[in-house]
Amino acid sequence: MDSKEKIAIGGSFLLMTVFFGAVVFAMTGFGVEVPDCVTDVKPFTESSVTSTGPHRYEVHSIARMWAFDPYEIEVPPGSEVDLYLTSADVVHGFNIEGKNVNLMAIPGQVNYTRVKFNEPGEYKIVCHEYCGINHHAMSGVVKVAYTPTTNEEGGN
Amino acid sequence: MELMSMKVDKSLKRLTLIELAVPVTLLIVGILAGLMQVLFRAGMIQANDLGGIEYYQALTLHGVVNAIVFTTFFAIAFGNTLVSYALNMKLNMKYAWLSAIVMLIGTVTAAIAILAGKASVLYTFYPPLQAHPSFYIGVVLLVVGSWIGFWNWIPMYVRWRKANPGTKTPMAVVGIFTTFIVWQIATLPVAYEVLVLLLPWSLGWTDTVNIMLARTLFWFFGHPLVYFWLLPAYVMYYTMLPRLAGGKLFSDMAGRMVFMMFIVFSIPVGTHHQFMEPGIGSQWKLVHAFFTFAVAIPSLVTAFTMAASLEYAGRKNGATGLFGWVKKLPYFDEKRWLFPYLLVGLVIFIFGGISGIINSSYNLNIIVHNTSWMPGHFHMTVAGPVFLAFIGMSLFLVEKVGGKELQMKKLAMLVPYIWMVGLFLFSSGLMRGGLHGEPRRTNMGLTYLNPDSPMFRPEWKIYVLLTAIGGIIMTIAMLVYFVVFFRTLLSRQVREEVLEFPLSEAYHNEPAGVFANFKPWIVAASVLIIATYIPVFYDVARTTAFGAPAYDPAIPMSLKELKAAEEAADEPAEEQSSEEAQGEATDTEVEQQTEAGSTTDSTGN
Repeated sequence: MDSKEKIAIGGSFLLMTVFFGAVVFAMTGFGVEVPDCVTDVKPFTESSVTSTGPHRYEVHSIARMWAFDPYEIEVPPGSEVDLYLTSADVVHGFNIEGKNVNLMAIPGQVNYTRVKFNEPGEYKIVCHEYCGINHHAMSGVVKVAYTPTTNEEGGN
Repeated sequence: MELMSMKVDKSLKRLTLIELAVPVTLLIVGILAGLMQVLFRAGMIQANDLGGIEYYQALTLHGVVNAIVFTTFFAIAFGNTLVSYALNMKLNMKYAWLSAIVMLIGTVTAAIAILAGKASVLYTFYPPLQAHPSFYIGVVLLVVGSWIGFWNWIPMYVRWRKANPGTKTPMAVVGIFTTFIVWQIATLPVAYEVLVLLLPWSLGWTDTVNIMLARTLFWFFGHPLVYFWLLPAYVMYYTMLPRLAGGKLFSDMAGRMVFMMFIVFSIPVGTHHQFMEPGIGSQWKLVHAFFTFAVAIPSLVTAFTMAASLEYAGRKNGATGLFGWVKKLPYFDEKRWLFPYLLVGLVIFIFGGISGIINSSYNLNIIVHNTSWMPGHFHMTVAGPVFLAFIGMSLFLVEKVGGKELQMKKLAMLVPYIWMVGLFLFSSGLMRGGLHGEPRRTNMGLTYLNPDSPMFRPEWKIYVLLTAIGGIIMTIAMLVYFVVFFRTLLSRQVREEVLEFPLSEAYHNEPAGVFANFKPWIVAASVLIIATYIPVFYDVARTTAFGAPAYDPAIPMSLKELKAAEEAADEPAEEQSSEEAQGEATDTEVEQQTEAGSTTDSTGN
């Protein structure tokens, strides 16, 4: 085998090892994680936004043909949100723009991630999995704003 | 050196031309459906359908025809001819025809369901959206037909090994067998998904389906599927590209190593399509990410070997200096018109490969999953190296096996270049849009790209415009291709029909060593598959709370609920009230949609 070829093969292994190391570093160093198994929360049929502590919220979101329930999630800036997601019918997607939130909503399963909203603003939610002929009309929004209702205990 | 030519009998000639002409004819529909997607996404056409074909129905056609039907037919036609040629043996025509007939019946069966609008489930057919049983039956027959095609080559190869002890298996045969070994293993889980889970459910024999189980089985198949597409292109790169460039394959050993690595690492990677799903432990997702990185290695090695082979060819053609060889390649040599089909694909694949590594990077996938970045990526793989190699080789086979002269050579030679320009615009639009949250698989013209809709996203306008321009250029390239293909096919025969491939010699030609046999690598693959998938299936089983009933893509209630509602409506005594109930249901649906910010008419009834 040509010596340059050996270098190329060795270099390929090295490059992919470095990339994998970077992925593990993002996970352990920065806590950027992908969804895991959820067994403590069963698939739910009621949506909710509840305050669970100072600047802590728990959201139960239900995706169904062709809307998110709740359509609008309101939290004050600085909130840390535990987001649980399920589907009432077919498979849907749940992507919050500008945030590390990208979840699949699967019937019979609960998906989960934790996300923090520091900056006030409207964060749009897009259903990004084909879910039937009105899939393109399925979206939602996270409103992060100082409002009297969200400053008090409990959301809506 | 003259190429060896092999006589083709009439039966193989007819079979090969049918196996190419049928999918290329269907491809016209698939390509036009692709054009429809970019125009609808950009909001240039704001509608649910065009000429009676609904957007998502067309998207299903686009995926099934281009990515499943065309590729499978081509792989069999290519394998039939290349394996016979490389082993210099006669194909058993009985089974070759059987394979083609089963694939044809399957294609027609599935096509009827899609065209009738009874299978708008996209090519991934994720439940609980349900297709008509004939869609599933058609897909199964297509796959079974391809199995028969593969099995037909095995006894031939075994006989060759017996007759040629100690001789290295020709690289072309190593490549084709690698393609179909991966295909054979990977189609077993999807066969289980379709035959055990989906078909009985679609026939009404079972009520529910475990959705995560179905998805996991699908991606168990779905990622190796992309290697089933890619590997025939790799066969052409390793066996033909160096010769077309005027040189030799830099290293024979590297080619054999690359193919064996694909057997081992193609399959234990499937859950990298499921990073964003619940029900699978994140540690097992990381394991699949690890092996995905491993399967990138043979492609990195291929990049080196191809560059080295082309450099050798360039220098042989008189190039000097460090990069002088780049200028000495036959980019526009009409006699070697197949060269750009392979080379351009290779160039595109640099970007397809890099974006693929990004996608498989576990947590980085959060940014890109299911956004339009994804079709941006995979059009630079399956619609780049794969598609260009396949359509180029289809022309080549029609010319040789049909005994024809390629028509409009100059235009035929330009097709890959036009395609590349279009594809780069198309993919950069999709990928940049994806990074700004633009979803894939979405008729965006009605909402996100509709200035009258509250969902309007003006910041995406530039991306969808780029995508549309690119898509139009790609369509133009394909229209040229179709004219060339059919004019050549229908032209008068000018020479004897032959089997003849421009197979390369190797520059470094060493004994095959550990890469001489498939067996140890198949065993290694099996061990890895079992080790990486057992925990995944265990997690899916323990986290699934219940299975899902069937849904029609057009109706926002399960078919069971729908049936109950219809039965209630049929009761004469309650006719009045149930009509009211139905009216209410429609109102609620409209309200939901208005709430969701849609201004489109509800077509959900």
